[in-house]
Amino acid sequence: MKKDIILAGVGGQGILSIAATIGYAAVELGLYLKQAEVHGMSQRGGDVQSHLRLSSNEIASDLIPRGKADMIISVEPMESLRYLPYLGKEGWLITNTKPFINIPNYPDQEKVMQEIESQPRYVALDAEALADEAGSKKSANMVILGAASPFLDMDFEKLENAIRFIFGKKGEELVDINLKALRSGRKFAQENK
Amino acid sequence: MGDEAIAQAGIDAGMSGIYAYPGTPSTEITEYVRVSKEAKEKGVVASWCANEKTAAEAALGMSYAGKRTMTCMKHVGLNVAADVFLNASITGANGGILFVVADDPSMHSSQNEQDSRYYGKFAMIPVLEPSNQQEAYDMVHLGFELSEKYKIPVMLRITTRLAHSRSGVARKQSRKQNQFKLPENLRQFVLLPAIARKQYQGLLNNQPLFQKESEESEYNTYTPGEDKTLGIVACGLAYNYLMENYPDRKVPHPVVKICQYPLPHKHIDKLYEECEKILVLEEGYPIVEEMIKGFMDHGKPVTGRLDGAIPRAGELNPNIVGKALGFPQEKLAEIPSLVASRPPSLCKGCSHIDSFLGLNEALESYGQGRVFSDIGCYTLSALPPYESINTCVDMGASITMAKGAADAGMKPSVAVIGDSTFTHSGITGLLDAVNEKTNITVFILDNSTTGMTGGQPSSAYGKIEDICRGIGVEEEHIRVLKPLRKHHEENTRIMKEELEYDGVSVIIPRRECIQTLNKRMRQKFKEKEKAKAANKNA
Ligand SMILES: Cc1ncc(C[n+]2csc(CCOP(=O)(O)OP(=O)(O)O)c2C)c(N)n1
Ligand code: SF4
Repeated sequence: MKKDIILAGVGGQGILSIAATIGYAAVELGLYLKQAEVHGMSQRGGDVQSHLRLSSNEIASDLIPRGKADMIISVEPMESLRYLPYLGKEGWLITNTKPFINIPNYPDQEKVMQEIESQPRYVALDAEALADEAGSKKSANMVILGAASPFLDMDFEKLENAIRFIFGKKGEELVDINLKALRSGRKFAQENK
Repeated sequence: MGDEAIAQAGIDAGMSGIYAYPGTPSTEITEYVRVSKEAKEKGVVASWCANEKTAAEAALGMSYAGKRTMTCMKHVGLNVAADVFLNASITGANGGILFVVADDPSMHSSQNEQDSRYYGKFAMIPVLEPSNQQEAYDMVHLGFELSEKYKIPVMLRITTRLAHSRSGVARKQSRKQNQFKLPENLRQFVLLPAIARKQYQGLLNNQPLFQKESEESEYNTYTPGEDKTLGIVACGLAYNYLMENYPDRKVPHPVVKICQYPLPHKHIDKLYEECEKILVLEEGYPIVEEMIKGFMDHGKPVTGRLDGAIPRAGELNPNIVGKALGFPQEKLAEIPSLVASRPPSLCKGCSHIDSFLGLNEALESYGQGRVFSDIGCYTLSALPPYESINTCVDMGASITMAKGAADAGMKPSVAVIGDSTFTHSGITGLLDAVNEKTNITVFILDNSTTGMTGGQPSSAYGKIEDICRGIGVEEEHIRVLKPLRKHHEENTRIMKEELEYDGVSVIIPRRECIQTLNKRMRQKFKEKEKAKAANKNA
């Protein structure tokens, strides 16, 4: 098993929680893991990405080679496109459709959607709306993870356990909201892939 | 995370103290030790210091007293600590001492991408450059061993990618901390010329031994290969990018992996003898490539960053290395042209915003180009919509450059510096200006934290006015403001007044960083909830 995943978003959108959740599940499964994060300057509202690599064999590079990623998971539509050079020929693009606009020259949203829809394999969903239904807009990142889950080749239960573990410290309520968010994202992907 | 592996290794290797000034990508090492329960139980001192020099000197003092210690900094931090670093190679160590220096190739969060291995060579001490998290952990142990064996400081050089990348690490058995023990020779640390010459000779005499350590190190390896048209030297992280290009991890060429310096002569000699051409892969400047190639460049072809086989600047990655190895590169998808860049920006509600809106208005009548800035979140005001500042060079350079420009006749000449940067290296510059009654206006933006690196405590906290008074700034020209929208007119008026003043004036806009404020509030809320729950149970 090998999964190379680019996580993308804007500083503060919670891509590291996605990474931590997948990472926890991967360790439970006894997989090798490498995860390169971005800290520092770009966390202040700039574009951020993380390279997450899982494999049943030992992993060499912390960075995913361009053209080899199995998946781009993005919590922001324009950001999902920034990493297209990394995506492999069979790779999936999973993205939120709700833009995060903190720059004056944000491109026309329709054109952004056209670019996403021109990809051969993609799932695009309004994660914020689904997260809101689950109980908190803040769990949009877990909706996105749910939407990516059918392509992760991982027992869904393991991801659920990871959420229980990671959010458990912060209370039952948050665990439930995030689990709900995860499931709604997964359901969307299964129906729309 | 690589940083965390280093921190945990320090705790496990019996380190008694860690001293640092924050700086990406080294910050998380000290942060980890500061919150580690284990470190607390073992009484490990973990200090954020005023700057890298004070931190390194404190570490050297702990080494003098016989205990193991670490000082951590980003690459440019070593410039600040260079004086103690180079002289510590002459005094040598007593307890083990590691200089952990984190380079930032590609300048993800830095002003330059200088390569600290040059400093290691300059100081003539062993340098360790781990290629992965496990080696980072193990090399802290090795570093302390070498340091105590040869009574010499050792450098551990990492780069951003390793510092901030996660992977599992197996821990070693814990070692006890050293007992307090004075140096055997009480003149070892007295660098008077007569003693220094002797000490320096000792360092020179040790060079062949450091060489031998490198040649026998398990981290420097020679792996044979059939295809001798090319021999590969891969340093630190570059080794991983090399391996990534061979899915079965079998490289057809002979490979020398280097993670410990000085360069292991034996391995490189062998590679050079055997192969027709040498490719050097290294993260940072082409220091190894230059050394192997030599000035006259008469020998076999050596290729790498110097001849363009690899880009001269920036971080390596598997694709760059693949191309240098001659693998055909697939055509990649392009980034759609509509994707706009998204630079970092000041947080919503940040106090710096109000300070700069005020400053911009106060300076309107004088025109642009008069603001010397420093390094911190406030440097982001160089970008639109503020475009307030005109320089960002090195920590502390705002006040001193403003002084030089004022001496050259610029009026008004404005310096903008953060509270943490002020105590890092702003105070001495302000003293220069006060002593000569230079006509400058200094803004000390006091958000009560070291914001840029994630909100570490600031050494300046609660002391700024006293420091200014103490070095002679006139009381009436120390003006404290509250940078809030509603005070904009009032604040701008005060700024204008001080810009007019002929002499040193200091304006202190003071309001806490939104990020640390939120963190504190969340903490408070949590504690309240906890107390409530405890009450209920009681
Ligand atoms: C010599 C050196 N050490 C450390 C850094 C990293 N660094 C950049 S800005 C900064 C903190 C600045 O804090 P402060 O001046 O209080 O400004 P704030 O970010 O809070 O606005 C640090 C530690 C650096 N660039 N150079
Ligand atoms: S972290 Fe603090 S100082 Fe930095 S931009 Fe945000 S609010 Fe301002």
